[in-house]
This record gives sequence, structure tokens and C-alpha cells, in this order.
Amino acid sequence: MYSEKVIDHFTNPRNVGEIENANGVGQVGNAKCGDIMRITLDIENNIIKDIKFKTFGCGAAVATSSMVTEMVKGRTVEDALEISNAAVAEALDGLPEAKMHCSNLAADAVHAAIKDYMEKKTKV
Amino acid sequence: MKRIYLDHSATTPVDPEVAELMLKYFLEYYGNPSSVHFFGRQVKKALEEARMQVAALIGADFSEIIFTSGGTEADNLAIQGTVKARANKGKHLITTAIEHHAVLDTFKYLAKSGYELTILPVDEEGLVSIDQVNNAVRPDTILISVMHANNEVGSVQPIAEIGKIARKNGIIFHVDAVQSLGKLPINVVKMNIDLLTISGHKIYGPKGVGALYVRKGIKISPLIFGGSQERKVRSGTENAPGIIGFGKACELAGQRMEEENPELIRLRDKLINGILNTIDSVKFNGPMGDKRLPNNVNVSINFVEGESLLLSLDMIGIAASSGSACTSGSLDPSHVLLAMGLSHEVAHGSLRFSLGRQNTEDDIDFVLQELPKIVDRLRSMSPLYNKAN
Repeated sequence: MYSEKVIDHFTNPRNVGEIENANGVGQVGNAKCGDIMRITLDIENNIIKDIKFKTFGCGAAVATSSMVTEMVKGRTVEDALEISNAAVAEALDGLPEAKMHCSNLAADAVHAAIKDYMEKKTKV
Repeated sequence: MKRIYLDHSATTPVDPEVAELMLKYFLEYYGNPSSVHFFGRQVKKALEEARMQVAALIGADFSEIIFTSGGTEADNLAIQGTVKARANKGKHLITTAIEHHAVLDTFKYLAKSGYELTILPVDEEGLVSIDQVNNAVRPDTILISVMHANNEVGSVQPIAEIGKIARKNGIIFHVDAVQSLGKLPINVVKMNIDLLTISGHKIYGPKGVGALYVRKGIKISPLIFGGSQERKVRSGTENAPGIIGFGKACELAGQRMEEENPELIRLRDKLINGILNTIDSVKFNGPMGDKRLPNNVNVSINFVEGESLLLSLDMIGIAASSGSACTSGSLDPSHVLLAMGLSHEVAHGSLRFSLGRQNTEDDIDFVLQELPKIVDRLRSMSPLYNKAN
């Protein structure tokens, strides 16, 4: 049902955890639907220097979270904003149809964290 | 890798004795039981023997057994067949919130076409109260349907008492006993049951065969028309190998139940207590003791999600199931757990182990050794667990 890449990212998730003093924090989903993703960012000079995730959810939710951290780490904020949920799913060699809508929120979580970073920056 | 199967409420392996018998009815005795010739007569005889074996396990007469394609068809036949046969007697139907979808969705379909439906709630242990059944009964109630034992949390309902209420009020009483057959004693006479659904593949018999017990004198309308098989209630050439295998499985279940149950219960309780003692923030679902199926374990592991648990268990060879939405193909978690008052979050973290004949002490020890590690790993990734600490 899941691709090998999904199983790999579920079994050995990359960048799990929470960055202390993160300058961007984003959380999407809710426990009611069964998926919560929390992304913390360390952005310096417009570059995502570090990213970590914590996820409550199914195999697809964990794998997309892990994959998106790999996709945006070291990239510019603008590049990261261009990455879509669909692109994350594609990078994992696809997700089962039922998972495309409910558990494929990782890019949204990154975008939410960047939005948080931008808002903080304008306040300072 | 050693594989440990702990999903017997989903399905069971076919007993070798059953499979061996069935094989003959594919290869040697292949006649159509409706045929007059030798080939047909041979199979007809075996079919009627199977009918007696099935009837014996539930305390029925062989003439009261209608073979179907499985539990789902038997549920549909019981409900739709009763409603059609009693259309002029009333429009009110009663069932419970924790029925299998084969029952619940059939009732919901009827509710859309003009019938009035009362769905009884359950308490936090997944049990229906007799008072609530009594209060729900109306002069125009024509059918009450309550499952014997719940497939997810193993709660065993007070069937005989509910049957008494139904009988007293002249209401047809249907019981889905797919999960309890072969695990709990069933006597349709003593339990005041009019219609009883059973299935082959949950009792080490084949898939694709089940039966509906129809008490003598109760009229139900057929859903499938054709060659008038099964006393015109269920047309279609009989699934002879399946029915004969089902009969054998019933015979074996009847012989083994008493001997197997104490061991199942011992392993069940060891698994329940082991999980509760080794993992924190776990909610035990369903009743303890006699009101629980001998083979059912159901827990909610807080802060983690069920499908992640299942995937992780599967990777080390353990097969279980979950009431999480992610395993049901819908966005909502188990309707049974929600009806018992669990929050969505807790229901998403539910895990069911259903034990069977071939499980050993070693199997349970292995689960108890590995599950805490899996939970630790998933919780270390969970944003909910952080907040709780």
C-alpha cells in the first residue's frame, strides 16, 4: 500500500525533534482528524539553516513530514514556499489515494512556519 | 522473520481438517445438489449434514438454517427480509450504535426510505442497557437488532433479556453473532432469538459462507430470486464446498470451545495487564471479565496514531488492527469507540489484538517486549506527547 520511500521515511525519519529558539514555528492539522504536524525552523539570511518536525499521525503523515524537511533544508525561503503538498507526495513516489487529502499536509506546515517567521520579522 | 497473527476477529486460517474435507467437494463430489442424479444426491446429503452441524452449535433445528454468502448477506437478509415481510405491521426499527456496518448501514438505508430508526447508545464499556431497549419499544416497532459480541471491543450484550422484551412485545429479534460463534455458548431458544447471523471464516472455516437462523414460523422475504434454493429464501446454487466446510468448522468449534476458552482468556488477560503495566497513558477499552469476548484486547495508546502503531508492529511481524480513521478509509475513527464516549484523539490511537487457536505464550511475551519500544519511538515524534510532559 505504501511505497518503499514512504516506509523508509517512516522507519528512519529525518530531522525529528524541535529546534530550541526557533525563529519560525508552524503547526497544521488537528487531533480530531488524526494528523498534527509541527515544524520548527532556523532561518538565517533568508536560508533555512535547520528544520525539525514532530508529527502525530499515520505512516503517510510521518513520511511526508520527514521528506519535506529534506526538501527545504538549505534552500531559500522563496524556494520553500514553492514546494507543494503534491510535490512532497511525488518525491515519496506517491501516496495511496485515501491519504492524499488527509495526511499530506507537510508543505502546509512548512509554509505556516515561514509565515510565522515573516510575521515575527516585521514586528522586530 | 517469525510472523505472529493477532487479528482473528478479522479472519481466521481454515482448519486443515476443514480444508481437506472441502477439497473433496471441489475435485470429487462436484455435483449440483439440486440434481436428481448420483452426483447431485451425494452433495445434497453432505449439505444437509452441514446444516445439522451448524444448527447443533446454536441449539437450532436444521430446518431453520438458511445458508448465505456470509455474515453481511445474512444481516441484510434478516433486516431487509423482515421489513419487507412485515411492511403492514409498523415502521419502527431499533438497533444499537455499535453494530457492524452490515447492520447499521442497512438500517440507515431503510431510515432514508421511510422507516423510523432508534439507535440505542451504549455505556463507556460498550454495553447496551435493557432499560433503554424497553423504553425504545413502541406499538409500531417491528424489529430489534442487537449484536451478541462487539467485533472491536469484545463487549457481550445481554441478549437473552433483550430477547425477552422483544418476544413479550411481538417484535422480531435479530442478533448478529458473527464474533461470538464458537467463542461463547449460543442457544437460540434459551436466548429468545428469532434471527441469528453467523459466518464461517471467523471460526476457522472458509470465507464466502455464512448462515441466517430463522426461527420456525417467522416469515422473511427473500432478497435474491432464482432457483428456489434454501427454501426459496435464498436462491442460487449452493456453495457446497463452503457450506460443508462451514459445517465441519461448527462441529470442531463446538468440540473445542470449552477446552480452548480458559487458555484464550489467560493469554488475553496477560496481554491486557502487560500493556497496562508497561506503557503509561493507556486507556483500556471495553468490559473486563465475563462480559468480554475471550480473545479480544482493545487499548487506546494516547499521543500516538493507530496506523503508525500497526505499521511498526507489522515491520517486526506482528499483525493487529486499529479503529483509527486511517485504517477505515473514512475521516472518522471507529464509530464503536466514539459511541463509548472516547474523544477522536484517543480513538485514533486504538489498537486491537484478537487472539486465536494457535497463539502461544511466546507470542504474547514478544508483543509485550516490543510494543513499549514502538510506543516510545512514536511518542518521541509526537507533538502531543511533548505538550503532555
